[in-house]
Amino acid sequence: MTVDPTLARDRYEAVIGIEVHCQLRTASKMFCACSTTYDGAAPNTHACPVCLGLPGALPVINRRAVELVLLTGIAIQATSPAATRWDRKNYFYPDLPKGYQISQYDLPLASGGRLIVETSAGPFTIGITRAHLEEDTAKLIHATAGDGRKVSLIDFNRSGAPLMEIVTDPDLRTAEQARRYAEELQLLLRTIGASDADMDRGQMRVEANVSLRLRGTEPFGTRVEVKNMNSFRSVERAIDFEIARQAAALDASEAIRQETRGWSDDRGVTYRMRSKETSDDYRYFPEPDLPPLHVDPAWLADLRASMPELPAARRVRYETQLGLSAYDASVLAADPDATMLFEATIATRDGVAGVAPKAAANWVSGEYLRLRKAASDDAPIRVDATELATIIRAVEDGTLSRSNGKEVLELHATTGAAASTIIAERGYHQISDTDAVGAAVDAVLAANPQAVADYRAGKEQAVGFLVGQVMKATRGQANAALVQVAVRARLDTAE
Amino acid sequence: MTDDLTRLHAHEMAVLLRAGSVSARELATVHLDLAERQDRGLHAWLTIDRERALAEADAADARTTAARAEGPAGGTSGAGGLDRLHPLHGIPIALKDLVSVKGGQCTAGSRILDGYRSPYDAHITERLREAGAVILGKTNMDEFAMGSSTEHSAYGPTANPWDLGRVPGGSSGGSAAAVAAYHAPLSIGTDTGGSIRQPAALCGIVGMKPTYGRVSRYGIVAFASSLDQIGPFARDARDAAALLHAVAGRDDRDSTSSPTPVPDALLHLAASDDEAASTLRGKRLGLPREYFVPGMEPGVEARVREAVATLEAAGAIVEEVSLPHTEYGLATYYIVAPAEASANLARYDGIRYGRRVGGESDVLAGYLATRGQGFGPEVKRRIMLGTYALSTGYYDAYYLKAQKVRTLIKGDFDALWAQGFDALVAPTSPTVAFPFGARLADPVSMYLSDACTLPVNMAGLPGISIPAGLSEGMPVGLQLIGAPWSEVALLQLARGYEAITATVDWRSLEPADLAALDDPATPTPGIRMKVGS
Repeated sequence: MTVDPTLARDRYEAVIGIEVHCQLRTASKMFCACSTTYDGAAPNTHACPVCLGLPGALPVINRRAVELVLLTGIAIQATSPAATRWDRKNYFYPDLPKGYQISQYDLPLASGGRLIVETSAGPFTIGITRAHLEEDTAKLIHATAGDGRKVSLIDFNRSGAPLMEIVTDPDLRTAEQARRYAEELQLLLRTIGASDADMDRGQMRVEANVSLRLRGTEPFGTRVEVKNMNSFRSVERAIDFEIARQAAALDASEAIRQETRGWSDDRGVTYRMRSKETSDDYRYFPEPDLPPLHVDPAWLADLRASMPELPAARRVRYETQLGLSAYDASVLAADPDATMLFEATIATRDGVAGVAPKAAANWVSGEYLRLRKAASDDAPIRVDATELATIIRAVEDGTLSRSNGKEVLELHATTGAAASTIIAERGYHQISDTDAVGAAVDAVLAANPQAVADYRAGKEQAVGFLVGQVMKATRGQANAALVQVAVRARLDTAE
Repeated sequence: MTDDLTRLHAHEMAVLLRAGSVSARELATVHLDLAERQDRGLHAWLTIDRERALAEADAADARTTAARAEGPAGGTSGAGGLDRLHPLHGIPIALKDLVSVKGGQCTAGSRILDGYRSPYDAHITERLREAGAVILGKTNMDEFAMGSSTEHSAYGPTANPWDLGRVPGGSSGGSAAAVAAYHAPLSIGTDTGGSIRQPAALCGIVGMKPTYGRVSRYGIVAFASSLDQIGPFARDARDAAALLHAVAGRDDRDSTSSPTPVPDALLHLAASDDEAASTLRGKRLGLPREYFVPGMEPGVEARVREAVATLEAAGAIVEEVSLPHTEYGLATYYIVAPAEASANLARYDGIRYGRRVGGESDVLAGYLATRGQGFGPEVKRRIMLGTYALSTGYYDAYYLKAQKVRTLIKGDFDALWAQGFDALVAPTSPTVAFPFGARLADPVSMYLSDACTLPVNMAGLPGISIPAGLSEGMPVGLQLIGAPWSEVALLQLARGYEAITATVDWRSLEPADLAALDDPATPTPGIRMKVGS
């Protein structure tokens, strides 16, 4: 394919709809008491007659799973019906033990919602057709047995885990919008506690329906379903590729086949998985083993009252009320842990005023997130807001240097020790005395004649090196701003 | 009381157990001996588990001994140790082979469940264990409860103890025949369209389908989820009531089971005939004219009308009533039940349990071979019917329409309850038991066996069949139908009818062919049956 995608993009308009399946954060499965903490467990250790589809087993609704879909509905401003029911979706597959999936067909728990995402072209509103509840399938593992035969193994640990399916209207026009939608939805689900929504753990699975039409025309083109996108980046890349592929085909007067295509992250292409030209007949009918579900208005009101602040509202508040930059506001709001730490750090506690929002935002969005990213899963970091506030105050009032402050935070985060203890043990006390700083600078300049000569020869970077040497010599305790001033003053005057 | 323990009612056995004159082990042993000796000719049983039964009986006897040691009328409760034992304590019972019993087979009469052993107990199995009942084994049935003669069992048919050349009815034919032949005083059946009441009628015993939701379906192999109910077989109303009491009630594992309390009145049906007869006075009974269907045998109609006259003579007020949508019952049922069955039976794919044929290299081929060979013709017919009725383009015309008609059928009954009727009286089956093979070639003639019972399932109501005499030497059943949760009223009526007919001559008759069961020349039912007609 050698068609320039930018040209094709001018000629065609993409029509994209997104389907997201996410595993809900419940203690037990959708219709039985088996626990959902099967990640890493031996195969078929989280299974019972119900999720194995044994003769005589019957489903019982998980109330929390219903609540999480209702919460999601509230968060996306959707409508929930006064009464809903369950439907059987019938098809045969080895990962589906009952031969049908209990799902919701024409009465989803939430319908008619929307989500607004920020894109490079400004805010964009995506309509959400529906969110409904269903059960996950088992996991098929294709392996080679000891005698060399190819075998398929089934792990029923995942069978019957609660799954929410969220379907958008065909509102999206670009791959970026699709990526931003997935990102914003993940954040929303995490914020309300509905799902951990980890894409690489399969807790959030994104599928895109992509079709093209000539710009300015109404009818939809032939739709292609794209699967196997395991990261936000691959969502964007896969859809971009698919738009270019379809545009090239249309330009070459080739018909687009209605099919399901998989995304290969390695090769950067979509590939044909199966034809969808004949639509499956799932023979949906109401699940007779479960009575209709009535959504009590009082229940819905309780859920509404328990709703945490949503990311969009939080960003607005951070910018307008706390005076944070748009960047800091969105970084903080995008991470529920960061949000919590930030809010606690600026909060007044035991009569002690909290830290100024801007300073707290810098430390949380910079240092805290950097430390967390560097930490391994086995040894997660923990930062106490009171300790972080102590560190920030010490830095702000000049008694602790910024670089020592970062060290103290890291030690606290990994060992749990109190900031004051670390500062006392390490003897950290910022050197802000001009004479003391001057003496240290003089010593470093005398010891590094080459760097001094470099600077005078026009190498500006030498300043950084010399400041670093001074900080090292003072074990990071020198006031970095004062060191900077003193180094420049000496280099520029004492030629 | 006779010397033969198997001829006793369960409530009579309970008296002897408490008096210490018989043990649960003795009761189990006499029934096991009889069943093992006679079942070659009857084929009511798919498994008889002597070892397990005797172990359960010994455990029951140990509890009896402990209870007796507590002494009478302990403390202020007034209830002695023995009085706290459930009426079913130590009583032998048979279960239809679709009730899960941990560690035991559960074939549902199908080849496809060959080799499957349930790893768990059904709710009713747990309840029976708590009551102290002794499970003797599992009984024969039409495959997946689809049938009215037990001829659709993959393991061969069961015979009718009244005439070994005839069917016992179905689908719970094994459970009915076992109780009629005194192999057990009690058994459990399931009723989706008449599968308890019709075989009870054809075998001359009591069989009750409770209100939908009365008994938990957890652990019962499903046929049609919105219609299936579990219920008792017994040789009198008091025993049926006690067994219903033991298994009824809300179970959190079946969301369709009801929290409606289970009345203790089930344990206290009148012991004296005079008292029981007096409860009939002033009872208002409806006689639905649509239930006297074309093709009904004159002998059956005569027995039912005589029974009605007997009830009137005892003070009941009988009025002819109409259930105008009855004629649509059969067609509606044969949409709804197969539709649900087509999904319920999808799990039998050979992958996790039961019989598997082929499929080593091709999943679809494995499904086709396993299901093609594992299911019998009637099951396949219903899966196809149901699959068709649910298909795109046909759903509205069939399934949706059938559900609407179902609402109308229920409305017919509701109108009568609103008029204050205590119950309806009707025939259970339009005919007496028919010969083997008579209806196998014509499925619709088989389906018509349930014309008078399946509207009751469609409406979710309780119904009971009780013996009402013989026609041409074969039993006729009288059906009583009640409003939701009126099981006590129905059983009291049944008990009342027993009381006013206690001395009629047919009451003392035993099934005519019991003697033949002891004759080693009697062949097994499968050999008598003409197959493939």
